[in-house]
Order: sequence, then C-alpha cells, then structure tokens
Amino acid sequence: MAMLDSTVKNRSRAEGVPELSSRAWKGRVAATFDHDTQSCRIQCSGVDLVDMCQWLGEELGFVFATLIVDERSGGLSLSYIFYKDADTPWVYVDVALDANAIAAPSMSGLVHGPSFDWHEREAEDLFGLTFEGHPRLGEFVLHEDWPEGVNPMRGSFDATQKVSLRAPDPSWEPPTIVTAPGAFAMPIGPVFSDFAESAQFRLETVGEDVIRTIPRFFYKYRGVEKIAEGQKVDRALLLAERFSGISAFAHGLAFCQAIETICGIETPPRALALRTVFAELERLRHHTAVIAGICNSTALAVATSQAGLIEEDLLRLSCEVAQHRYLFGLVEPGGLCRDISDEGCDHLAEAVAQVATGLRALHQMLRYSSSFLDRLEEVGIVSAENALSYGLVGAIARASGVARDIRKLFPYAAYGSTKFVTPVEQEGDGYARLRVFFHEAEQSAAVMRHFLLSMPGGPVSAGRTSWRAGAALGTVEAPQGAAFHWLRLNEDGAVMRYRIRPPSFANWHGFHLAAENFAFQDFPIILASFGLSNAECDR
Amino acid sequence: MANWVLKGVRTGIRTTSYPGRPEHAPGVTPGRPLGASFESSDQAESLVERCPTGAIGRNDDGVSVDQRRCVHCSRCRRGDGARAPWESSYEWAAHHDDGAEPAQRLQRIFGRSLHIRFVDAGACGACVSEARQINNPYYNMHRLGFFMTPTPRNADVLMVSGPVSDAMRLPLRKTYEAMPEPKRVVAIGACAIFGGVFGSTFAVSGGAAEILPVDIVVPGCPPPPLAILHALLLVVERKPPSPLTSLPPGHVTEPA
Repeated sequence: MAMLDSTVKNRSRAEGVPELSSRAWKGRVAATFDHDTQSCRIQCSGVDLVDMCQWLGEELGFVFATLIVDERSGGLSLSYIFYKDADTPWVYVDVALDANAIAAPSMSGLVHGPSFDWHEREAEDLFGLTFEGHPRLGEFVLHEDWPEGVNPMRGSFDATQKVSLRAPDPSWEPPTIVTAPGAFAMPIGPVFSDFAESAQFRLETVGEDVIRTIPRFFYKYRGVEKIAEGQKVDRALLLAERFSGISAFAHGLAFCQAIETICGIETPPRALALRTVFAELERLRHHTAVIAGICNSTALAVATSQAGLIEEDLLRLSCEVAQHRYLFGLVEPGGLCRDISDEGCDHLAEAVAQVATGLRALHQMLRYSSSFLDRLEEVGIVSAENALSYGLVGAIARASGVARDIRKLFPYAAYGSTKFVTPVEQEGDGYARLRVFFHEAEQSAAVMRHFLLSMPGGPVSAGRTSWRAGAALGTVEAPQGAAFHWLRLNEDGAVMRYRIRPPSFANWHGFHLAAENFAFQDFPIILASFGLSNAECDR
Repeated sequence: MANWVLKGVRTGIRTTSYPGRPEHAPGVTPGRPLGASFESSDQAESLVERCPTGAIGRNDDGVSVDQRRCVHCSRCRRGDGARAPWESSYEWAAHHDDGAEPAQRLQRIFGRSLHIRFVDAGACGACVSEARQINNPYYNMHRLGFFMTPTPRNADVLMVSGPVSDAMRLPLRKTYEAMPEPKRVVAIGACAIFGGVFGSTFAVSGGAAEILPVDIVVPGCPPPPLAILHALLLVVERKPPSPLTSLPPGHVTEPA
C-alpha cells in the first residue's frame, strides 16, 4: 500500500488509513489519498465489498454516511462514504460495475447493516440495481402503482416525461407482520391530523396495544436529485434550499460548501461567522417548533401556546434580519447574499437572549408538570445499540447516548472558533429527546451571541468565481442531524449528479424502533418527539 | 396546573388585530416584488434575466410581476443591475381565474365559519409550517370562525400545498371527493399554483389545478400566515381579492 501517501506533501494530518497496509488487505484493494478533499479512496471489487464495509464499521469504528450511485459511460459505479472523526480522513469505498451489470452485494447481514438498508432499497428503485441478499427490495421510493422496470435516476430517463401510473389494484394489501387471532392493522395517513406532513403508519395491533408500526414514506418524492441534473449551480441552489423548507439554510449551506470545495473558493471570515449565526438561528427555531409539537401532542395547551409564541418570534426575527422567514435566498457559493448591519447584530443578540430566557422558563415549568412527564418518560425508547446500528443522527441519536455532532467532528463555517456543548442523554425515551432539544436550543443561542457580539469585519462574499469540474461532499449538522450533499459539477457550472442524504432519511428508518409495544394514545407523542420532516426524507 | 393558568394570564393577549386593523409588526411578511418602469430597457432586461421562474416579464420599458410564479428568492432586489421595488404587504390571495367571481356565493351557506382540511401534497415544509402558524396565538384563526377538521367529511375548505407528487394524487382526489358540497379549494404557495421550483415532471403534477378545481390561490414561497388568513377571509367574502399581476406604475388592469 505504498501509494497510499506517496504523493502527499503536507503531513499535518493522518494520511489515509494506515491499517489498510495490513496483511489481510494486501493485494486485494488499491487505495489513494486525495489531499484536496482529505479523503482516502479505496478501489474495491464486488467480492471484497462486504468484507471491507464490515471491517471499516466493526473493526475501525467508521460510520457509514451515504451511498452514491453514479452513471458514467462505462456503467454504474458505487461509492460507499464513511467518516470517523476529525483526525481520520473520509473513506470512499469505490466499486465500478461492468457495463450493463446491475447487481451488487447487500450489506444487510452486517451489524451496521440497517444503516445501509434504505440506501440499497432506494438505489434498487431509482437505478434498477439489485442488491443480492437483501431481504426486502422494491416498493420503497416508488409506490406500487409505478410501472415496473422504469428507473428514473438512470441517464436514459427523461425527467420531463410523464409516467403513466398503473391503476390502483383494489385487492392489494400491504404486508403484515403480526399474525394472531384478532390482529389487524390500523392505517394512519397519508392524510391525517391537522397539519401533518404526508406519510403513512400502519399500526399492527391485537386490541389495545400496538405491537409493531410499519411506516411508509416517499409520498412526497419530487425527484429533486433527478431534476437538479443538468441545471446550473444558481438554479440547483433553489432546489437545495426548497426541498426541505424548515431546514433550508442548512441544506443550502451544505450544497454551497460542496461547490466551494470543488472550485477552491475561499469564503471570507465574516461570511463564515454569519453562516454560523444563521445556521444556529434555524436550529433554534426548528427545536422550538419541535418542542411546541411535543407539548401539543400531550394536549398541554398553555405550553403549546408559549412555545408557539417563541417560534413565531423567531420567524419574525429571521424575516427582519434576513428578509425571509425561513432564511431562503441567503446563502450562495462563496458566502452570503446579504450582510447584517452592526445594529442588526445587536438587535439579534438581544432578541436571542430573550428567546433563550423564555425557553428556559418553559423548560423549568415543564419539568414540574407531572402529567406531562408521565406521557413522555419511558415512551418511545431507542437503545444506544440500535441507534448505532441504524446510523441514527442528530438529537435523536444524542438522546440515546450517541454524541456525534458534525459541528464538532468536522468544524465548518466558524464552528472551530467557538466552544459549545453537545448535550447527550442516555435514556433514549421521549423525555430524553425533549431535554436534548431544550439544551441544544440553549447552546444555539449562546453560539449566536458569541459571534454576534464579536463579528469580524470585511466582505460577506468571495464574489464571482470560475467553475471547475469535479466532485465533492458538503457536510453540515442540519437541525435534525448530519446532512451530506454530494455533488459532481462540469466545467460550465452545471450539476451532473447530486445526491442528498438528509438526516431525516437516517432517522425515519429508526422510527419503528421507538414505535413498538405501546398504547394507541402514545403514538402522536412518539411521532412528535422525533420531530422529523418527510419533505426532507423524501426529497 | 395552577401555574400554567397563571402563566397564560400573565402573557396577556398577543393576537393580531387583523382583519380589523392592518398588522405592522416587523417580520410578519417577507414582502414581494412590484412591477416597475425603467429608463432603459437594459435595466428591465437584467431583472427578467435574474428571475429564475419567469415571474418577472417585460412590459413596455418596465417589468410586470406575475405574483403566482414568484418564489421569493430575492435575486431581483439584490446583486448587480436594476432592482425591483418591494412592497411589504400580505393580502395576497386571489381567485384562481384572476377577476372571475365564484359561480355560487357561499357566504349565506357558510355564515362566517369554515372548517378546513389541510393536505400536504409534496410541500417542502415551509408552507405546512406557515399554515400551522394560523393556529398560533399571534394569529388565532378560531376568533374568526375558522377551524381545522381531521376529516374531509366535515370540511368546507380544502387547503393544498405542494406541487402534488405522484403518490399524493390519489389521496388528494379522494379527500376532495369525500368533502360535501359546496366546497372550496385553496392552493397555498407557488408549488401548489404552478409546481414552483419543482415544475411539472415525472414526479410532480405541477400544481393542484392539474388535479382539482382550484378556487383560490395564495402566492408566496411560503405565503406568510396573514396571507393564508386573507385567503380564508376571501372564501367567506369578508375581504376582496388582491391582483395577481403587479404592473408598472401608470399601467391599469384592463377590465375583465
């Protein structure tokens, strides 16, 4: 494995994965280190793929980020992207399939198999790939009325064409797991509740208690990754921001960071500090909305109103400083489209301090409302073991004792120059998640105030730059957790392939773990305590 | 529990006085671009070029704005070149066929009260969040006689957001068919009006009007809560509609 670091001049960081030179891998794989993206690329054959992913996950403690399927002239190629921590480079395990080959091995047998599961099911639907050994492929992103053999992400598929869906089959019934006398499945959704996003949950029950929950998503699939192909960066940015409106800034930022890596754009310090401020403003608003949702699910009317008032205050504040209530149209490659004046910074800092006080008072009152706590404690438990094997991210994982935070692991924007705490709880129940949301909101307010009171001067944008061809990964800690945007650009600044792994995609996969063996009336509470977005998951 | 009651009482009334009096609190609306006249056609052309959705179009020497297509990207108010004037209004709702009166007047039937069923047909979440805010104490739709209902059987108004994804076509149509007559469909946001940034593709229909007879549209990306309240007030005929096209000053809309 001499080629691992032979071309690398700067040795300030650990290069490659030294363990690759061990005897076990000798002659089986080829690895190169790419200094621009600080990543190690491992060329692997399909035969060794499962062993390699198992070794990275179980022996070396790498975490699976996302699977990228890319179609080049020679055929399909698969990249499994892994990360660990700031001192270890990202690892890309690349497998090039032969022309016309559509089969790859499935990771479903591994300890971390569940974290690959949905990626494989999605690739099966959208690219027509078959993952050998996967127990359940088909009917995932594309529902049962989608015609067989039409794979929208393939290059030969025209995104503007309309597909004639099959007529619904009235005899079709979803598969059920529970077989017992009197067992039945109660469907909830896709249209349910007051203002719920579209998704379906089938609660399998034998009477009072729900035994299993089988969720069904992708009712909102808008083909964002497909329609972004061929679009110029400024147009694709609209999609990156608008596929998930409640975390628009985080996803726009991840998209822009990928472009900045590809094109070698230096973002000015003021833009980095302001990006941190806006990212935390969004997190603060998102967490407040989730807290309001949890209070609402337990029918605690005054608390819902209090959290709702704070949420609307934050929306108005966003509109005042950024001209948009959901921070659309703010981030651009190379910086931001809009600066904040000094008075604006002071105003924001003061308002955020008030919001933090309000949230603290609300938390204090909730902690002593026993009827409220009864509904949350020991409800919807996700164990640490499950959180790891399913690759859960964000506040959900941190409530189950998994303390990963992209802002700490790979500091972007200005996160490297401030101190903040990543709250962790161990119980993994609804109350643990509520506490994490409250603590994170408080940390967000503190981080915002730190930068608002010591804002560096200078421009907020690097200005116009020339495009370069290339591919890169943009990574942020979105309000719901780690988000990965992988992007391949051509030299004209057009997007050739775009892959988004939103945090809700990882966390919805683990939702059924929390929704097992519970009473019917707890379902809205478990749902609210996850605080996830279907728009973000479905794309 | 007594401390919650006390907390509620201490908070006092925060609710807006709209529609009685206009709301001027900062940040209740992002505002929107207006039509404008320019000295040179280059300036107008630069605005037309910067608009990614074709909302801004040439009108003599100036530009007019088709509010239905605006996605609030703010590119026409920033950057190099001419800037579009900006208004901070929020009464944006209008009849789907601009200027056309509904065939059947509903005020008598509904009184002033409406029951609303909301369907998310592929929205990004921002429209859903803004629609949820009308239940927030700041906006409190209940004081105006508006209520959410979980079942379409009790609903007078179907509120739709999103470009209507393939999988939501059937649930959306079934929801509409389950509602008793008379009924109204309100399309919220640019996506529900024309597909928004998602357009009309293999995955989305390109607007609710492709599936259902839409009565009222609320432009915006997302429309603020007050614009959604305006749409409901338009349904019960307590407020007039707002023009969907903003023309350069001096131009007048031709009578329909």
